[in-house]
Amino acid sequence: MSQHAEHSADLNTVQQPEHPAEHPGYGTFIKVWVALLILTACLVGMSHVSQTYAVWGLLTLTPLKAGLVFYFFMHLKYEGPLLKIVILVTLGTLLIFFALLFSDVAFH
Amino acid sequence: MSEHVHRDDFGARLGMWLFLVTEIVLFGGLFIGYSYMRYKYPMEFHHGGAELNATLGIINTVVLLTSSLTVVLAIVAIQRAEKKRAMAFLGTTLALGVTFLIIKSFEWAAKFHHGLYPNAPHLGTLPPGEQVFFGLYFTMTGLHGLHVIAGLSVLSVMLWWVATDRVRPDRYVHLENSGLYWHLVDVIWIFLLPLFYLAA
Repeated sequence: MSQHAEHSADLNTVQQPEHPAEHPGYGTFIKVWVALLILTACLVGMSHVSQTYAVWGLLTLTPLKAGLVFYFFMHLKYEGPLLKIVILVTLGTLLIFFALLFSDVAFH
Repeated sequence: MSEHVHRDDFGARLGMWLFLVTEIVLFGGLFIGYSYMRYKYPMEFHHGGAELNATLGIINTVVLLTSSLTVVLAIVAIQRAEKKRAMAFLGTTLALGVTFLIIKSFEWAAKFHHGLYPNAPHLGTLPPGEQVFFGLYFTMTGLHGLHVIAGLSVLSVMLWWVATDRVRPDRYVHLENSGLYWHLVDVIWIFLLPLFYLAA
């Protein structure tokens, strides 16, 4: 990453290598795994406090955990914009369906 | 015939992601159905969740999260030309995947024993909301289980290909794509844990 910084900024935002020269090491992924375990423990803990906490845990910690798996384990951090857009469009579509369903439910 | 072999690793990954997107929509539809039913039957979902063994669900979460880690570590190992280590990581992933299925089968067997299985006579006597809960539980964990079996089959082939050098430091997109599939299976389980096992 430090080598990139020496080049002009606009050049390397446009041109992303398919596989960066430097791959992430074992340590990065082990740290992410530890974070996932801690978040799981928090989620389980919150579900024991009360129903409200359980729902908040579900709505915040679960997407966060999924995001960590997508971003690091599934290498989205190291991919160009196209794959990220594909995922965001999919999640946006699901969100629209979700919103449509509940807007219908709300006015019944 | 020709010496030139066309390769497009990014294209291969894009194709895999497009497939995974269809999987996300498949499970997404079920998640949306779940959320509506939970909104409609909050108490029944609470009771249904109490019937499930949360400890087994949590253990299986740790098992799958760890198996996701070992797949991604296998890719790091192959990038660094550490073939033996890559095979060990993949072997660990397979063992963890099988462990997940064994735990799952014990869990399902206990449910069956209590008369909780699709179309069971006992299930018919429960309130409609609980029937919906168990219907979604068996559909979603069952569909997820099929994905675990598919993922294990693909990763077994990858172990064989690493052993026979079909997957190697200069050509490992197949392993990457298999890993992507396995991670998606893990992500789906990340959602299933709080939706079912922690619903009580």
